Amino acid sequence: MTLHTLNRRTLLKTGAAGIGAAMLPFGLPRLAAAQEALTIGVVYVGAKDDFGWNQAHAVAMEILKATPNVTVVEEENVPETDACAKSMESMINIDGAKLILGTSFGYYTPFMLDLAAKYPDVAFRHAAPLWKDSDPANAGSYFCYLNQAHYVDGVAAGLSSASGKIGFVAAKPIPSVLSNINSVLLGARSVRPDATVQVIFTGDWSMPVREAEAANALVDAGCDVLTCHVDGPKVVIETAEARGVKSCGHNASQAPLAPKGFITGAEYKWETIYTMYADMLAKGEALPNVVVGGYHNDMVRNTAYGAGATPEAIAAADAAIAGLKEGKPIYVGPLKDNAGNVVIDKTYDNYDPYLDGMNYLLEGVIGSIT
Amino acid sequence: MDATANLPPQTRGLTVTARRAAETLAISLGSVALSALLFSVFLLLLGKSPVQFFQLVWTGGFGSAFSIQNTLQRSAPIILTALAFAIPAIIGLTMIGAEGALVLGGFVAAITALPLIAAGAPPLVLLPLAAAAAMVTGAALIMLVGWLRHARSVNETISSLLLTYIAIATMNFFVEGIFRDPASANKPSTMPWGKENMVGAIPGTDVHWGLVAGAVLAVALWLLMSRTTFGFAARVTGGNPRAARAQGLPVGSIILTCTALSGACAGLAGFFEVAAIHGQANASLVAGYGFTGILVSFLARQNPLAIVPIAIVFGAIEASGGLIQRRMGLPDATSALLQGLIFVMLLASDALYGRLPLFREREGA
Amino acid sequence: MMPEAALQTVLIAMLGGAIRVSTPYLFVALGETITEKSGRINLGLEGNLVLGAMVAYALSFHTGLPWLGVAGAFAAGLVLGLLHGTICSLPKVNDIAVGIALMSFGIGIAFFFGKPYIQPQAPRLEGLALGEWSSNPALRQALQINPLFFLGLVIAVALWWALANTRPGLILRMTGDSEPSARAMGVNPVRVRILATVLGGGLAGIGGSFLSLSYPGSWNEGLSSGQGLMAVALVIFARWNPLRCVWAALLFGAAGALGPALQSVGISQGYYFFNAAPYILTLFIMVASARSGVAAHAAPGELSIVK
Repeated sequence: MTLHTLNRRTLLKTGAAGIGAAMLPFGLPRLAAAQEALTIGVVYVGAKDDFGWNQAHAVAMEILKATPNVTVVEEENVPETDACAKSMESMINIDGAKLILGTSFGYYTPFMLDLAAKYPDVAFRHAAPLWKDSDPANAGSYFCYLNQAHYVDGVAAGLSSASGKIGFVAAKPIPSVLSNINSVLLGARSVRPDATVQVIFTGDWSMPVREAEAANALVDAGCDVLTCHVDGPKVVIETAEARGVKSCGHNASQAPLAPKGFITGAEYKWETIYTMYADMLAKGEALPNVVVGGYHNDMVRNTAYGAGATPEAIAAADAAIAGLKEGKPIYVGPLKDNAGNVVIDKTYDNYDPYLDGMNYLLEGVIGSIT
Repeated sequence: MDATANLPPQTRGLTVTARRAAETLAISLGSVALSALLFSVFLLLLGKSPVQFFQLVWTGGFGSAFSIQNTLQRSAPIILTALAFAIPAIIGLTMIGAEGALVLGGFVAAITALPLIAAGAPPLVLLPLAAAAAMVTGAALIMLVGWLRHARSVNETISSLLLTYIAIATMNFFVEGIFRDPASANKPSTMPWGKENMVGAIPGTDVHWGLVAGAVLAVALWLLMSRTTFGFAARVTGGNPRAARAQGLPVGSIILTCTALSGACAGLAGFFEVAAIHGQANASLVAGYGFTGILVSFLARQNPLAIVPIAIVFGAIEASGGLIQRRMGLPDATSALLQGLIFVMLLASDALYGRLPLFREREGA
Repeated sequence: MMPEAALQTVLIAMLGGAIRVSTPYLFVALGETITEKSGRINLGLEGNLVLGAMVAYALSFHTGLPWLGVAGAFAAGLVLGLLHGTICSLPKVNDIAVGIALMSFGIGIAFFFGKPYIQPQAPRLEGLALGEWSSNPALRQALQINPLFFLGLVIAVALWWALANTRPGLILRMTGDSEPSARAMGVNPVRVRILATVLGGGLAGIGGSFLSLSYPGSWNEGLSSGQGLMAVALVIFARWNPLRCVWAALLFGAAGALGPALQSVGISQGYYFFNAAPYILTLFIMVASARSGVAAHAAPGELSIVK
């Protein structure tokens, strides 16, 4: 099973022709790295060693750095303003970069799209599922659907919790975060129908004091498992451990932070994508426009179970992973949001673009997105 | 007697001005050189090459047409926010709310334009109206601070900082709430204007018109503050508010006018961020330009004309910061360190003015 | 209406928040009070806070002694304070601007050298369990109080007393109120201001060590998010009175806990405004309590921002 043939998302959207469009190297620069040197420019929104989102990318990037004839140039702490466009342009103009990887959501529109039109002989790849057929052919997307691993978190949390109340510290009410929250709920309810997920939004990606306050508030409200979606989950996991409740991680392994209560955690496997890119570049092949995936193509994983996971939880979580690898859907409709409206009318495939626009919390989640 | 004393008054004034300019240049360059020297020692201790470092600062900041445009583009918002700090500072107010005025101004501009775009208004109508909305919003916010200071003795530094946090919360609330474009999935934003309705680049360049607006405003505000009766009254107020009141100067309206001008500059910066760069309002408006402007204004010693070149130097450091990360493997914090060092040195060098024998006005002899 | 249990949850959370969140604000505000009482303003204590947090975490990590980390943070704060104090003693140098420049410098150093400490765990300062008598776990947690909080209270009271009743206190106030009078007393205002800035900087450093070693108890680059800047502003709000600094810090901490606490009992509409509650509340109180003259009366006469 190779990545190139697995592109259900595009299939769903545009039919068989979409597969062709996603796979064919038309209009793309020849990135013949095997023969000539190639410079890749990488732009991060935060510090490369933030123990979170950016570090997950930076660690995986080592694979590209190790590829023969490839030079990787990196910039960190680049905001989602024209500064990111200028950084990328500087990589193209001064360093001669022929491939640009933008790892923050807000880089794509308008900045990377404009640059792709301006520099047709440079390839642009962006870490979010945003590329459309109408976008420039030298642009593209790659993304790991982390909500699948959060679903597994939910399964394990549901069976490891005494109260059935799971607390979720979230940064912002945006689809990628909401999808993780809802997936934790559905995972927990798949093994424990009375489970709830209580969410607190901090309003920002990195607000350590408020994250600690939110974690404490959730424990005080009766939650006995905490998980989160913020840039650096360290504070939430440490607070949970200090309060004597269990925890599930996010972005990277936080297992060492909670030797007593860690259950499991949702982790990206960006290295799967970057290895694939490196292989293709080494062979001089053009990169596909869209590479997305989850459990079925080894693009997410769960952290090894910690002391907080009960044997039943481990068994159920392993079974859930096996199901996801076979494409078992998470969103089995019909489902209502927590205001009682039907928001998911039918069962959706795990990569259905409909789910990318999620703007609701499902019934069973305590919290509001406004 | 001074050697120039026998010259006609005008020529003498000119020589004094020239000498002052030479003094400023010599002291500024001297302190930048000293910071560079100190920073070189730091780099040597880390085992990095200072020569390479400064070559990269040049290459990234000014080394090519692209680098120069990169530098200018980055300096555009800073010129405006520095003006927003400088004008109240001239009347003695330490106003650190430009960030809030920029964010709120940009947001209001973004949503003001939407019904106009829907009604088919051409950019020539639409853009001035959106710009005006941004300037009025920014002006209202900073005027509120000025009024609280004047009428209620509320300290303007703290209230402008508080209002900045509140302005950012307000923008986020609306952008993630009723003004959210449903299509702006993971980056909540207002509805996009569309490229055809946005401010373009200055012909022949990639730099947007915000730079020109900043430069024109800098000249206009310099004229206002140093060449008019109003400017004179403002400077008297800044020097000694009690004396100004005693002389019957309308301190209240001077404060309101200056805070309005300040907020309008910051609001205009917000307008250009929306109209020339994002095409919509979102959390990226909170980029810290307001705070950067404070330092630039101080280095320019609140002189609107001096703000322009200093903002450009600042833009160059920012523009080359990325190149330094890429080529030398130094973390992003390196630029912050160098900036801090240069600023501290430049500010400390204020002590040298009037003390260097070379530039001193000789008396007696 | 909010049910009683929910109200209790929110109140306990605010009590806990007041204690947990207020400590860094308290240290920075007390430090700034000393500095401003001498007639100088140091707007750059955010830099001391962040550098103090990094140094404390690094030292605690390497030695396993969190209190040594606190001492290190104090020392780092002293050094930055000394830089500010000396540079601002040069003629014509603007203290506000130097503060902002040193803030950038201090944060730059902290981020530059703090990279290796983001991931590892350092030993934290242990809190005193003062709530063991209660059966309510939330209250027990709220009363898990760090000794630094009490140290802050002690410093506040001591400072308040010393300012009014001791000779150093008198000299400090005199220097801040009128430089000519201080000189007439035979005091060297430059030396007093340098000392006041150094001490103030050191206290702000301790505030940073609380952030990294107690609550939230971790080092990363987003740790402070402007707390040092806000604390400097709180000094004006507290009208240069150390005891009022305590109340201001407690109030600010409690208001900061409001947003997460309300969401935890299911009130989450408009959370951006709840999260902005500390700023809104402070502004409201300032406007409501501002009367012409009162604030100006309490202000040190030599302070550049109130002139």
